[in-house]
Amino acid sequence: MTADSEVARALGRRRRRTDRIARFLASAATLIALALLAWILLTLLRLGLPGLSLTVFTTVTKSPGSNGGLANAIVGSIVQTALGTAIGTPIGLLAGTYLAEYSGGSAFGNTVRFVSDILLSAPSILIGLFVYSVLVSPFGGFSGFAGAAALAIIVIPIVIRTTEDMLSLVPISLREAAIALGSPRWKTTLYIGYRAARDGILTGVLLAIARIAGETAPLLFTSLGNSDYSGPASAMASLPVTIYQYAASAFDDWVQLAWTGALLITLGVLTLNILARTLVRRR
Amino acid sequence: MTPPSGETTTPVAPATRTAMRAGAEPRVSIRNLDFYYGTNKALKSITLDLPEKRVTGMIGPSGCGKSTLLRVLNRMYSLYPGQRAEGEVIMDNENILAPDADLNLLRSRVGMVFQKPTPFPMSVYDNIAFGVRLHEKMSRSQMDSRVEWALTRAALWAEVKDRLNTPAGGLSGGQQQRLCIARTIAVRPEVILLDEPTSALDPISTLRIEELIDELKRDFTIAVVTHNMQQAARCADQVAFFYLGELIEVAPAAQIFTAPKQKKTQEYITGRFG
Repeated sequence: MTADSEVARALGRRRRRTDRIARFLASAATLIALALLAWILLTLLRLGLPGLSLTVFTTVTKSPGSNGGLANAIVGSIVQTALGTAIGTPIGLLAGTYLAEYSGGSAFGNTVRFVSDILLSAPSILIGLFVYSVLVSPFGGFSGFAGAAALAIIVIPIVIRTTEDMLSLVPISLREAAIALGSPRWKTTLYIGYRAARDGILTGVLLAIARIAGETAPLLFTSLGNSDYSGPASAMASLPVTIYQYAASAFDDWVQLAWTGALLITLGVLTLNILARTLVRRR
Repeated sequence: MTPPSGETTTPVAPATRTAMRAGAEPRVSIRNLDFYYGTNKALKSITLDLPEKRVTGMIGPSGCGKSTLLRVLNRMYSLYPGQRAEGEVIMDNENILAPDADLNLLRSRVGMVFQKPTPFPMSVYDNIAFGVRLHEKMSRSQMDSRVEWALTRAALWAEVKDRLNTPAGGLSGGQQQRLCIARTIAVRPEVILLDEPTSALDPISTLRIEELIDELKRDFTIAVVTHNMQQAARCADQVAFFYLGELIEVAPAAQIFTAPKQKKTQEYITGRFG
């Protein structure tokens, strides 16, 4: 009896000790991750905020020492991100719908899903090189359109995956209920499936936008950059590429602009992420 | 209460009265129906009539094929490639199992309510209007009155008339199920299939749905699958007992629960198995 309870007590002590160690390790890992994130944010704020002024938004990039801003890069980023999203979202949405609603277990559907997943993890510099070889070099020049096309290729697999996942989450009972009322399949998808999956799909699109807004590699070989405002038909500036060029330069004001630009992108992406999270929570 | 002239003047026993009621013209005639899930035969040579404006209760242990039979009557099984039916289901002199049958039209004539309430992710109003818009074009005011009519028939109007534009997901489980019934009758079907409509509901909601079924049979032919034998006894005019994919016995409700002809039926209703 006493021997038994002593063994039990020893066991309890050991379990409590193991628990304390596990808890310490997990907490430490969490702290490290959070600290890194906070460090990045604080550095961005410390180095980026001092350069933040109205000039950044109203003046285009200029040669060192002439008080330039980032206006063309901001506009270029917005235009290319918007175009890339506008091209990539419908394709991704329809392909994702095909996978969820029509492919069944067909070999073709499985192949599409597999290829899309590969594209999802493809290095973005490869996508930049690909668009360079099919859109830039044959048509004789860098352009915002080529940049948008590269961004669209990044958007497509993200939207395919979220659309398929979200549509697959719509309960079969809901579809059957619509079909039992005499709803044809396309109306069931359009009015019931999309509606039930709407927030999830929208979240996927927002995350895709957040992803491409910060992409640099695909734009290096496609839209290149521009020191002035330009339409998407010609070479076009963007925030990530400008940061890439300025951050490593020898000029203090360019370095300052690079930090400010980085802060702007981070705030933008953060806003999109928060928006996406609120949408998910609302479900 | 006076029996029509020409008939016997002896007092009619309740059982016989139900038998007479159940003897109405068949609205749907199932003839030699076999059903397969892949190679697995789930229904074996079923022959059964659903009398017009009567409630047919379908009972039997889980997996006996009663829900499968319901899903044949609106061709729901056609959604799934591995499932097929052989035999005939006659409605208005047409075999609804024919390969060229217009399924969307059929489903507007044979409505279905499922085990779990399935409100669409939209407002109460749009839940009703969705089905109606699939089959009819009408003005907003006509739609308004159709929605009110359907909700009234489903005994839900008083509870939701001030929240027609709020999401249907906010209703209670019992209200959601009545909404699903309202949505089904709004399309004005001839037959309503109810697949264990109260198994996810509390006793009070269950009672309301049962009263509703009793009320709806004035206008609709109803088939209800249930695991609850009291429910079958309360709601149904005729009861069909299924076992292992076979129709063992069909009889007026009062008779099947008091004097079943088959031994298997007797064993099931007395709780010996299932």
